[in-house]
Amino acid sequence: MYDFNHHRPASVEDAAKALTGASDGKILAGGQTLIPTLKQRLASPSDIIDLGGIAALKGIKEEGGNIVIGAMTTHATVAGDATVKAKIPALAALADGIGDAQVRNRGTIGGSIANNDPAADYPAGLVGLGATVHTNKRDIPADDFFLGMFETALEEDEIVTVVTFPVPEKAAYAKFANPASRYAIVGVMVSSGPAGVRVAVTGAGPRALPPRRPRGGAGR
Amino acid sequence: MPSVSMTVNGRAVTGDVEGRTLLVQFLRENLSLTGTHVGCDTSQCGACVVHVNGESVKSCTMLAVQADGAEVTTIEGLAKDGELHPMQEAFRENHGLQCGFCTPGMVMSAVDLLQKNPNPDEGEIREWLEGNICRCTGYHNIVKAIQTAAASMKG
Ligand SMILES: Cc1cc2nc3c(=O)[nH]c(=O)nc-3n(C[C@H](O)[C@H](O)[C@H](O)COP(=O)(O)OP(=O)(O)OC[C@H]3O[C@@H](n4cnc5c(N)ncnc54)[C@H](O)[C@@H]3O)c2cc1C
Ligand code: FES
Ligand code: FES
Repeated sequence: MYDFNHHRPASVEDAAKALTGASDGKILAGGQTLIPTLKQRLASPSDIIDLGGIAALKGIKEEGGNIVIGAMTTHATVAGDATVKAKIPALAALADGIGDAQVRNRGTIGGSIANNDPAADYPAGLVGLGATVHTNKRDIPADDFFLGMFETALEEDEIVTVVTFPVPEKAAYAKFANPASRYAIVGVMVSSGPAGVRVAVTGAGPRALPPRRPRGGAGR
Repeated sequence: MPSVSMTVNGRAVTGDVEGRTLLVQFLRENLSLTGTHVGCDTSQCGACVVHVNGESVKSCTMLAVQADGAEVTTIEGLAKDGELHPMQEAFRENHGLQCGFCTPGMVMSAVDLLQKNPNPDEGEIREWLEGNICRCTGYHNIVKAIQTAAASMKG
């Protein structure tokens, strides 16, 4: 791993400032993807902006019929949260099936969606439940957020702050997990509720597929 | 060079590190706590598992600066007054180790499991150990050890 300057801002505003001010800044959330990437020298940022000190980015609440999850909320927290388990058990189950206990104790929802691994679970969760990604700049519907393999609608200096999920009437998530990593070989979220009837698939293509009607009989 | 302060096994420690210094490097090289092992260095094997603020984490996949201000417990911090922790005792009793390389991570992971689920069934134990790889035992006696520890810790 190449060395870098480490920043630990206390607010999203300060994090955004540090990111804009750096020649090649990179956000650090749970580090479960970024630290292995740095070790392999697949990335060599000049500055690391660690979101770990921003309390406002952590936690789960229910607000106006939505479940609102802070970007720095860990997979273990989502999996064990009483509100999520009661309102969207499919999302708690999805989080509980990510990687292993130690990855779940550090990895975050914001990091997972910003990374957009084509085999990650959360992208299918967000698209399949009709979630909205909120950043320090704007709100992005999940359907428009995941663009391609490891590619999202996020700009260079944009920070995910929270994700809101409408509460579905029913939903379920199932995956065939890779036996070594637990990443999805294929994973499917289905739901029905205020966001309509939705299906999203991860692992089977370069990105989690948003619900689309088959065109000309050839289903995607 | 950033300076970090944390509590490790109940002792306040401070050290100068690079931004890129891993928590496991800080523990092993700065503090000489070599009980925490590095098996894969790629976040897969769990030999490096320690507790940070009570939660089990892979210390090869965390920067020392991320643990600034935290409470860290390593395998060296489990025994109290010369007496093995019930989990360590159960691993010894049930032959839950052979070469011992994976054992510190296994024990730290298992202690976290019992904090969250004091009465796990065999399936729950095996599932929890997803992130801990053992090349020797075939896991059987590790599972037995954790069941024994769960019974003895209930008192
Ligand atoms: C052994 C292992 C098994 C795994 N298994 C699975 C699995 O089964 N399913 C699965 O889905 N994932 C799996 N993962 C990945 C895991 O879920 C990661 O936690 C996740 O992909 C990244 O989250 P993080 O918080 O660790 O982010 P980091 O690694 O810190 O960051 C990842 C990327 O996102 C960016 N980023 C982070 N936060 C933000 C933010 N708020 N705004 C903008 N950009 C941000 C970073 O700059 C970086 O580019 C596994 C990982 C490991 C090591
Ligand atoms: S050394 Fe950390 S997971 Fe293998
Ligand atoms: S006892 Fe040798 S690796 Fe587990």
